[in-house]
Amino acid sequence: MSNINEMRLEFTARSENEAFARLAISGFMLPLDPTMEQLADVKTAVSEAVTNAIIHGYGGRGGMVGLRAAYGSEGDLEIEIIDQGRGIDDVQRARQPFFTTCKGEDRSGMGFTVMESFMDDVEVKSAPGKGTTVIMTKQLRDDAIPHEA
Amino acid sequence: MLCYENRKNTLTVRLTGELDHSAATSIRRELDALIMQTGAKKLVFDLKALDFMDSSGIGLIIGRYKLMAQRGGSVAVRGPGARIDKIFRMAGLYQLVERMA
Ligand SMILES: Nc1ncnc2c1ncn2[C@@H]1O[C@H](COP(=O)(O)OP(=O)(O)O)[C@@H](O)[C@H]1O
Ligand SMILES: [Mg+2]
Repeated sequence: MSNINEMRLEFTARSENEAFARLAISGFMLPLDPTMEQLADVKTAVSEAVTNAIIHGYGGRGGMVGLRAAYGSEGDLEIEIIDQGRGIDDVQRARQPFFTTCKGEDRSGMGFTVMESFMDDVEVKSAPGKGTTVIMTKQLRDDAIPHEA
Repeated sequence: MLCYENRKNTLTVRLTGELDHSAATSIRRELDALIMQTGAKKLVFDLKALDFMDSSGIGLIIGRYKLMAQRGGSVAVRGPGARIDKIFRMAGLYQLVERMA
């Protein structure tokens, strides 16, 4: 499926940018005329992935987080959250409900579970020392796409 | 943002706006100080005016549950919206924390 609209952003891995990332993705998907429910689903999933990049990927030490999004004329939204942080050695284990490597800091280990339940598909590409990319897709309504370029 | 009321050993905190990791970090600091100061036996999170929450909210509440349990106290939530409620259920929060009407 070919994209009719794309965006790429990069921002410093600071926690105030969690709110910025939610606003940015909301603005980008607005032309798809999402329901309130869909908008909240996507904002929540992006918030989870961006927070993970900041606190787990970079461990609060800074670096840049990438947020990319695209959609096609069928209303298919794809979002990528990218960091060049420490990476994940066992992705399958990391995705399990309640698994967290940050026990002392009030992490619930529910981030990936929330992403999975609010998006149609969540893919995680990661290797230790090589950073992490989370790719999420969601099918939005396909009857509200602007047709002109 | 956090507003609170302390009455008869019950500390009620009203959360407004967006509860993400960034907000949770500062709320946690304030809240833990309040719990110590007041010596409250019950902590109630009033969530009626909370517009957004991600899994950082679960971490915050379970963290306070552990703290209150250590002190022989308990935690309750009041008025979560439908999607916040969905996230709570996902995490089995109501096994630890009472849901008040
Ligand atoms: N971008 C990332 N970089 C490195 N580790 C990550 C990243 N995202 C997730 N993780 C790992 O996966 C675990 C589970 O993530 P998550 O489900 O969001 O729970 P939590 O953030 O509460 O720990 C984290 O504790 C961390 O070990
Ligand atoms: Mg997380």
